[in-house]
Order: sequence, then C-alpha cells, then structure tokens
Amino acid sequence: MSNEWPLYEVFIRGQHGLSHRHVGSLHATDAAHAIQNARDVYTRRKEGVSIWVVPAAEITASSPDDKGALYDPADDKVYRHPSFFDIPDDAGAM
Amino acid sequence: MGDSALVLGQRLSEWCGHAPALEEDIALANIALDLIGQTQLWLGLAAERGAGASADALAFHRDAWDFHNLLLVEQPNRDFAVTMMRQFLFDAWHFEALTALAAHEDADVSAIAQKSLKEVTYHRERSTDTVIALGDGTEESRARMQGALDRLWPYVGEMFITDADDLTDVAALRPSFEAHVHSTLDAATLIAPTSDFAHQGGKTGVRHTEHLGHMLAVMQSLPRSYPDATW
Repeated sequence: MSNEWPLYEVFIRGQHGLSHRHVGSLHATDAAHAIQNARDVYTRRKEGVSIWVVPAAEITASSPDDKGALYDPADDKVYRHPSFFDIPDDAGAM
Repeated sequence: MGDSALVLGQRLSEWCGHAPALEEDIALANIALDLIGQTQLWLGLAAERGAGASADALAFHRDAWDFHNLLLVEQPNRDFAVTMMRQFLFDAWHFEALTALAAHEDADVSAIAQKSLKEVTYHRERSTDTVIALGDGTEESRARMQGALDRLWPYVGEMFITDADDLTDVAALRPSFEAHVHSTLDAATLIAPTSDFAHQGGKTGVRHTEHLGHMLAVMQSLPRSYPDATW
C-alpha cells in the first residue's frame, strides 16, 4: 500500500516523573504531523504531558524465533529476582 | 461568537466517518467538539444575559434569520480542500478575535475567550500546517487548495466589518490576520485573490447564504420533532 502515510509508534508520558509508555501507532506524513495526530488520537482525555513519536520502520525488534536462546536461560535462575528480601513497611510501595 | 462556533462545529461534524484518513477524521471531530463546547459557553452566557431560555434553546429553536454567524462558516464542506481552507481562514480570524476578547472588560467574556484561545491556538496550528502541506503538495492538491481559496476569499471581508453590537473592534484585527494568512499562503505557494469584494449579511442575520437553512434543518430536526426529548 504505497499510497498510505508512514506508520509511527506513539509514546506518551502520563505524568511528570514517569517514563514514556507505548500507547499505539498511527499514520502521518511526517514527524510533526504525527505529533499533531497523536495529540488528537491519544491525549484527548488528558492522558499525557509529553509525546514521543518514532517511525515504526526505525524500530529494530527481536525475532520471536530467538525466544528460546534469549529468555529461557533465565528460567532456572530465580536468584536474579530480588524477591528474597523483606521490605520494611517504611519503604512503601516498590 | 457562539453562532459561528456552533455552525462551524456542526459543519465539521458532517465529516465524522468520512474524512480521508482515520487520523484526520478524529482530529476534525475533536475540533468540532471544541467548537461545540465553546458554543455552550457563549450561548450559555447569552441566555444568562436574557437572550433566551438556555444555550440549547438558542441553538435548536431559532431559525436562520436569527443566527448571527459569519457567512464563511456556513459554506458547505464540498471537498477536504474547501473544508481545510475554510478552517484555516476562520482559525486565523478566531485566534485574533479571542486574543482581543481575552482582555475584555467583562469578566465572563474574558474568561470564555481565554479558555477558547488555548484550543484555537492548536486549531490554527493544525489548519496552517495542512494548508501548507496541501498547497505546496502535488499538482492536484495545489489546484484544489487554490480553488478553495478563490471560492472562499469573498467571505473573508465580512469577518472585519465592525457592527455596533460587536464585543470588540474586529476591523482592527485585520493586519495581524493578514500577516499570518499571507505568510502561510506564501509557504503554501498559493496566491490570494486581489479582489476585496466581500459578501455580507451573516453576522447581522439579514442575508444568510442558502446553505444555512438546510444545515439547521438537519441539526435541529430532533429537538424540534421531539421537544420533550432529554439526553
């Protein structure tokens, strides 16, 4: 579909101090247009304080075929999880 | 102010589900909703000051000759070029009008203008970018945008005719309007018509174009057919 606008992935920061989260994607003619479209499509209800857009074609993704090699070795290494500590109440939500 | 926002909001909502791209569809619907929201404020204030029973009554139970909107905003959508050029010309005027009204001595008027101005700043940015993109675009898009500009230019003059009941001297807004419009048209490779001929009669209500009545018939049919209907 060569006559479609390029795809952009949209990341929104919900509030100050949090990181940007992927919220979806949209089509736009260029990055500035993508920001405007993201404003209309994803922040209509005050969802965000900051918008990032990234051309979807620029994202390099891992291959699902490599899943075993990438993730399975961690299966039997539970000690990599910091789950063996008692968290003091004063520390609050972690 | 309220009638122009209402009529343009209704016109834009006619695109809902029909715009050339999903993202444009949502954007136009958002702008339409912004304008309807502003209508509620302006007509709500007018009702408070004795113009009618409520904002809804003013919107749905007046006929064309009682509407005081600009002729520009009642012009039909036709194609996307006409819709966006109409939006651009209105946004450019709306921005200047609200900027002036934000400093109005009446606190209610000033509060509505300040709130609306934030929305309209974005409307103007978006329609300006679209006019440049489509004007300085393909041969087809440029021809359509130039055609839209030629068609709508005779409705620009009315926006700057100051009447006795205007909240501000709209004639004084023209230099700022022209600066923004001409720099945008230059970037869009479009040529503003040289004629100063201006259709008028929308703001005063005495001579609307034939399009307003048809639009109101659609917009008002439900509350007029079912006067007791509630949301």
